[in-house]
Formats: sequence, C-alpha cells, structure tokens
Amino acid sequence: MPTIIEKIFRKHSEDRVEVGSTIWLDVDLRTARDFAGAQVVKNLLENYDGDYIDDPSKTFFTFDCNAPANTIGYANNQQICREFARKNGIKVFDVNRGIGSHVVIEEGLAYPGITAVGTDSHFNILGSIGAFGQGMGDVDIAFVFKTGKTWFEVPPTVKVNFIGMPDSRWTAKDLALLCVKELKGKVLGKAIEFYGEIVDKLSLAGRITLASMVTEMGGIIGFIPPNEEVIEFCKRRANKDMQPVYADKDANYEEEIDIDVSNLEPLIALPGNPANVKRVADLPSISVDSVFIGSCTNGREEDIEAAYNILKGKKIAENVMLKIVPATRQVWQYMLDKGIMKGLFDAGAIISHAACGGCASGQIGMTGRGEVQISTSNRNFKGKQGEGDTYLASPETAAASALAGYITEVEE
Amino acid sequence: MRIEGRVWVIEKDGKLIDDIDTDMIYHNKYLHITDKNEMAKYAFSNLEGWQDFPEKAKEGDIIIAGENFGCGSSRQHAVDCFIALGIKAIVAKSFGAIYKRNAINSGLAIVECKDIDKAGLKNGDVIEIDLERGDIKKDGKTIAKAKPMSPVQAAIYRAGGLFAYAKSI
Repeated sequence: MPTIIEKIFRKHSEDRVEVGSTIWLDVDLRTARDFAGAQVVKNLLENYDGDYIDDPSKTFFTFDCNAPANTIGYANNQQICREFARKNGIKVFDVNRGIGSHVVIEEGLAYPGITAVGTDSHFNILGSIGAFGQGMGDVDIAFVFKTGKTWFEVPPTVKVNFIGMPDSRWTAKDLALLCVKELKGKVLGKAIEFYGEIVDKLSLAGRITLASMVTEMGGIIGFIPPNEEVIEFCKRRANKDMQPVYADKDANYEEEIDIDVSNLEPLIALPGNPANVKRVADLPSISVDSVFIGSCTNGREEDIEAAYNILKGKKIAENVMLKIVPATRQVWQYMLDKGIMKGLFDAGAIISHAACGGCASGQIGMTGRGEVQISTSNRNFKGKQGEGDTYLASPETAAASALAGYITEVEE
Repeated sequence: MRIEGRVWVIEKDGKLIDDIDTDMIYHNKYLHITDKNEMAKYAFSNLEGWQDFPEKAKEGDIIIAGENFGCGSSRQHAVDCFIALGIKAIVAKSFGAIYKRNAINSGLAIVECKDIDKAGLKNGDVIEIDLERGDIKKDGKTIAKAKPMSPVQAAIYRAGGLFAYAKSI
C-alpha cells in the first residue's frame, strides 16, 4: 500500500508511481527566490521564445536571502526578477515579506496534499503541513515555470517512530537535532514519515522546525501527518476545503527506525557538521561572541517568544551580539503587538527585517575569524555563516547563552 | 555512453572527504554571479587544501569524492562551476539528492559508486566509465562497479541537459 509521498505523486502524475521509477510530476506551486531567481529568468530567456510561464497564478518570486539587498549583485538579481515578473504577470513577495517557504504557508498557497518547488534547499519544510515541497536548482525551476512539470525519481520511505515522551525540557529543535544525529547516513535520498506522541503534540512551528532539518538528515522530505490544528490553519489561510493525505496502515516502508525520545534534553551541534550533536550539559564552558535567533528552522512567533520569555527584564552579557530575525512579516507584527519587540530591544538585541538573515550572506551579517556564534539555524558547515565557528541549538538555549555569555541551557 | 579522463581524488589524510557541501564547492558570497565562465574560478574555493583546484583542473578531468557530495543548498552554481572548468564527471560514494538532479539537468555525469575508495586511485590516473553499465575501468581492467544511470537520467544526459531533452521529446 502507498506511503504519503506515493499517494501525493499518484494524484499528480500519469505515470506509474513505484519506488525507483522516474515519473513526470505536476507541480501545483512554483517559486523562485532572489537567490537563483535571476538564473531562472536567464534560463527561460535563453531557452524559450516568449510564453515563458505555464500558469502565472501558480508561479511566484519570493525574496528572502538578502532583504533588502546588501550587495549590488543581489540588488541587480532582484530587479531582474521584478521586471520579468511584471512582464509576465507573476506576483512577487518582495523583500518586506519574509522567508518564501513560510510565506507560501501563511498565504494559503501551500496546503496539505499539494506539490511545490522552489530554489531553496529547505523547501521540503512543507512536509510540516503534509505537502510535498522540494528545493531545486535554477534549471529545474525554469523548466517547471515553463511546463508546470518536473521529473522525479520516486524515493523509498522510511518510517520513524518516536518512542516515549520526555519531560518538559525539550524543544522541537532538540528533537530535530536528535534526528540529524540518529538518521544521518540512513535516509540519504529517501522520504521520511514521522510518528509518535511527541509529533502529535508538536505545534505548526515545531513541525516546521523538525521538517526543515530533514535536509541536514540527508532526506528528500519528512512528512508529519497533519493534525486538526494544522488542517484548520491551512483551511483558513487557503480559504478552501482540502484533503490531507495519510499513509495506509500497512504502507510499504523500506525500513522502520525507532528513536527513543524519553530522555530528550537540550542538544547542540558542534561547529562544522549539523550531525555532530552533543548534550548542552556535556559541553565545557565556551564563551560566545554572537547569538543568532531566526531562520526557516526557528523564526516563528513561538520561537521568538520562547527567547523573549527568557530575555525579558534582563540584559544580555556584555560583548555579546544578539541578532534576531523573524521569519516573516507576520511574525514581526506579532512581536510588535505583543510587546516582544520592546522586551528584546531592552535586553540588548539587534532586530532585523523578516528574512533568512544569516545563511546566504544575508542582511544581518556574517561571523569573523575566531568568532563563536550560537545559532538557531540549520547548517553550520565550515564557512557557511562566515569564518567563525557556529553552534546550532534551540531559541531557548541561544537566549540563555546570550544572557550568560557562554553556551548554557536554560536554568531550571 | 563512455567517459574517459584524468582523476582528481578529493581526499584528506588518505581518505576521501565526506559531506562536501555546496558552500565548500561554491561559497554563498559568489551566489550573485550569473556568468558561468566566471564561476569556474571559485570551484572548491572554500574546501581546505583544494582552493587551487581551478588552476590545476583541465578540460576532461574527473572528480572522485566520498559520501554525500554536494549536500546543502540547491545552488546550480555548485554544478556550473565544474562544467565551466570542463569537468566531465563526478564519481562519489553518494550524492546530495538536489545536487544529483542539478548535475543531470546540466549534462554533468554523476556516478554513484559505493566502493570507489577501494579502487586505489591516485591523482592523475586515467579511468574510463561506462555510464549505462556502471563499469569503471583503469588500464582496461574493471576496478569498481557504479550504479548505472536510470533511463530518464541517461536520456537527459545524452541530450546535453534538461532544456535540450525537453526539445527532443
């Protein structure tokens, strides 16, 4: 019996969907960012004569890497996309709107059961709402803009069962880091489905955090079967009825992996590799120079509010830079309305525009040689966030470390 | 489909490097570049010990690497920089999924070979790869077996990339 990805693909392909076969897939939602967007345009102009867009109502640009552009190169690329979009009737979610993979959920463009692609390796974040999302390069995306289709090799699915329920000290980020550690090397090029009490209890923000790091696990996408809360949210945003896709009970999994989460606690990835995960409690005292809270992994209302609850009424340690970047304008609005903005400002934070911020030489700046950063983002490969050393952890651990001036978990 | 070329064994301390991510292949500070020829000079520019790769590589060369090559971002630059250098194929123990697609779509041969580290290859060795059969040969002898390309992948590769393939069907 089919798994989630196989069911979604069957509804979106005329080809026979079986593991290992290559099919042509109909793509419901097609996006490109300021990163690679200009190359998508270039590919279209070089390879086709007019009539570049299969369906403008399904096609979008989302600017989020550098918002607003802090290099002339990025500024030029954004302008190339804007002008192309105007000529071809495509909507642009411009530099004021936030991270594309989140914006499409907020705007109701992505919802359970659909297929979507973007020039963002974390576009599989849409697994958080039970949709198929996939990051692709500019050749693929240009082809999808033009034809509405893409080729895809149907991956096998691994079922991950979380066993047990931890005490109150865990966050979705700790769960995601545990999965990167446990699943790295076991899910390369495969789809994942996540099950267990801990997953059922995750909010949408928590689901986004877990799904976003499937890329670092090496997986194609990780599906979290949508619960009532997610379905209600998506229905409201999309303003339409939808049919979430669930796997059959006896679905054809390549493998089942059990992960015991009963002892889950604050975790951290050491610089250089997101899979090099340790318990925060086991680290020696490490001074931090900068703290980044945001990204597509931890930039939701709930993430920033968790940091705020730790920081409010206090001051961050001297000589620590605390950079906060909400994922979207909606999150910014929430921070304003709830007084979170002022609390974070008073604690000593720098607060930037809604966007990616740090990962692609974004507007919040990079790390310098010797700088130690603790970040809530998803990747810390050498050089990714600058020349310094980047640790990956939850917003709670990041905020506690900003107060202490060294890496530490939240005090009980 | 056969490819023959001189190899570069991307190793450190005698072991093929695993998890070479797209920022090591082509750093995000050069992402604004859209001219493929300009991308050539930044290939491996953030991979320790291999920053001089663009000066050493020659047209027709083949790259040999470890597990999960090209993991990380979806940037096509990380493929285009090698194409601009004239690299004909990348043989790795495994690839990041997006990287594999990007390479095939651009007509760069991707060869998955679990045992390539056991083939005893050194920089400058010349190998021959049969893409559809998966045979990797040196001096006429088979030294490793790779996963053969799937029919769709082979068709896209043979056409010279996704756009060319789409025009041919």
